[in-house]
Amino acid sequence: MAVTSQTPPTGAVGTESTRLPRTGSRATRTNRAGDAAFSGFSHAFLLIWALMVVYPMLWVVMSSFKDDAQIIKDPLSLIPNALHWDNFARAWVKGHLGEYFLNTVIIVGAGVFLTMLFGSMAAYVLARYEFWGNRVIYYLFLAGLTLPIYFAAIPLFKGVTNNGILFPPLGPNQLPMLVLVYVAWSLSFTVFFMHSFFKTLPNTVAEAALVDGASHTQTFFRVMLPMARPGLISIGIFNVLGQWNQWYFPTLLMQPPPGQEKHAVITQGLIELSVNQGYKSDWSGLFAGVAMAMLPVLVVYIVFQRQVQAGLTGSITK
Amino acid sequence: MRHGKARFVTGFLAIPVILYLYYVIWPFAQAAGYSFTDWGGYSDRPPGFVGLGNYSRLVKDELFQTAFWHNVFFLITVPLLTIALALFFAFLLNVGGRGNRAGVQGVWGSCLYKVIFFFPQVLSLVVIAVMWQQIYRGDGQGLINNLLIKLGIVDPQNPVTFTADPQPFLGIPAVLWWLLLIAIWGGVGFYMVLFSAAMQSIPKDIFEAALLDGAGPIHTFFRVTLPLLRDTVSVAWVYLGFIALDMYALVYVMTPSQGGPNHTSEIFASVLNFTAFSKGEFGYACAMGVALAVFALLLAAVQLRITRRERIEF
Repeated sequence: MAVTSQTPPTGAVGTESTRLPRTGSRATRTNRAGDAAFSGFSHAFLLIWALMVVYPMLWVVMSSFKDDAQIIKDPLSLIPNALHWDNFARAWVKGHLGEYFLNTVIIVGAGVFLTMLFGSMAAYVLARYEFWGNRVIYYLFLAGLTLPIYFAAIPLFKGVTNNGILFPPLGPNQLPMLVLVYVAWSLSFTVFFMHSFFKTLPNTVAEAALVDGASHTQTFFRVMLPMARPGLISIGIFNVLGQWNQWYFPTLLMQPPPGQEKHAVITQGLIELSVNQGYKSDWSGLFAGVAMAMLPVLVVYIVFQRQVQAGLTGSITK
Repeated sequence: MRHGKARFVTGFLAIPVILYLYYVIWPFAQAAGYSFTDWGGYSDRPPGFVGLGNYSRLVKDELFQTAFWHNVFFLITVPLLTIALALFFAFLLNVGGRGNRAGVQGVWGSCLYKVIFFFPQVLSLVVIAVMWQQIYRGDGQGLINNLLIKLGIVDPQNPVTFTADPQPFLGIPAVLWWLLLIAIWGGVGFYMVLFSAAMQSIPKDIFEAALLDGAGPIHTFFRVTLPLLRDTVSVAWVYLGFIALDMYALVYVMTPSQGGPNHTSEIFASVLNFTAFSKGEFGYACAMGVALAVFALLLAAVQLRITRRERIEF
């Protein structure tokens, strides 16, 4: 597709070029009117959708500053009559969102770190070393991409419950258990993505490092992993968002055994709030909870929007 | 240099493979095995082998069939509408600008639109569900109901019930349409950005050639842009298929008794979880899981088969 119109015009075209400007200008004039209308039409549609996206979110954030009386009397307005910060305090303390927030940070921090480490280790070995069973292991990782998690839910639930009896930290309602489950379930995509990334890295650099006396492990951590940085950023963003927003595994596996305090994550906290507001009718607290779950992610996204968009779309089309 | 290679390979693979086998593959294998038993889950009685009993029960199970058709509804509507809208917006964004270079000139402020449209993608499905629960509130204080009441379209005594509305619309329970709207709302931005990036990677000469041949923006889109986006659209189709098979977060948070009212919003996942954890029929629920997995695999195979075609390299 490298055919361009760079070839210089030959003599025959020269006669035509005297005719061209006239027809050309007529075409552009009609085009301009058409273009302006089309451009206005485009803006109208794009603006409507942008409003449909922003308005509900803005409405939630603004409602989180209202008190319940105003939410009931005047639900539509975007201007709270006073800034009721106590809504946030209530959701943070009574709704346990503060505690759940901390749990989520710990779980996602550990989960993403281990996912990236183990995922790139496995992907590297599978992509660049030949050994018996290589293909089998790679396809085993790929299989996990298509299988729905509900399929495995029941045995997983049972297995974790049984582990809890033998070794409590890996039982239900324990942070280390959830981290391991997140890591295991994130490996499929991470291995798949990093595998294709390590394949594209040049062989010569790794060979030079080995010739210089680096061990395989040193080569990986000192040379290859730094070279894979763009890929690591993409898949890292993908995993952070995926694990931060995960809700099914926590609701399935973070159910406390009788007499134990619940160690939930933020998505569970929101579900609890939304169920509880039904009979407590603490609407403002609920709005504050949603706003608190929404804003940090949005801020991070707006700051890193280029990387996030590229990371998420890139990780899908690879 | 081969020295220590075997040790290195095993060392690097051991932990990830063990974790993956234990927490992902082993539960799958167990589910497949349990699907042939009448395992109760909560009782201590050892599971009894029932052969294909669970599967023959599945074929006759009306609730499961309802859920199946609801999933089929989402499988058709979610990808179709999301991709159509996303393509439409990507087209407006990239071609809608003034100027006579069709396909080259983007609309003013296209970066801002891209940032905004992408918002829902970074939010958790639970956040989206809880937010829309408030928008859809059925008591006149929800965002939409209040707006419609103020505009005089809806009677304040009789507001729209949204996700608690089992009445069929075009033969499909209303609650499913309302859930569909959220799925599309959440998905369009991401795919618009995806398509938009793909459109921008098409060399400008192609658009210029089309322009020289006298094609307008709409012709250019259908005859030039769309065929060149085929690869990206088919990837989007596969991913949206998986999303449509899921939808459980929305059903779980937004519908009465997680699949209601009166089972009109049941989907695979909700029936499976209800059967396992409320009815305590783990063996039967595992059979449902196997059916779902087989369905998902078949679907992926069919989609890949249909959309596979020669790649066009620029």
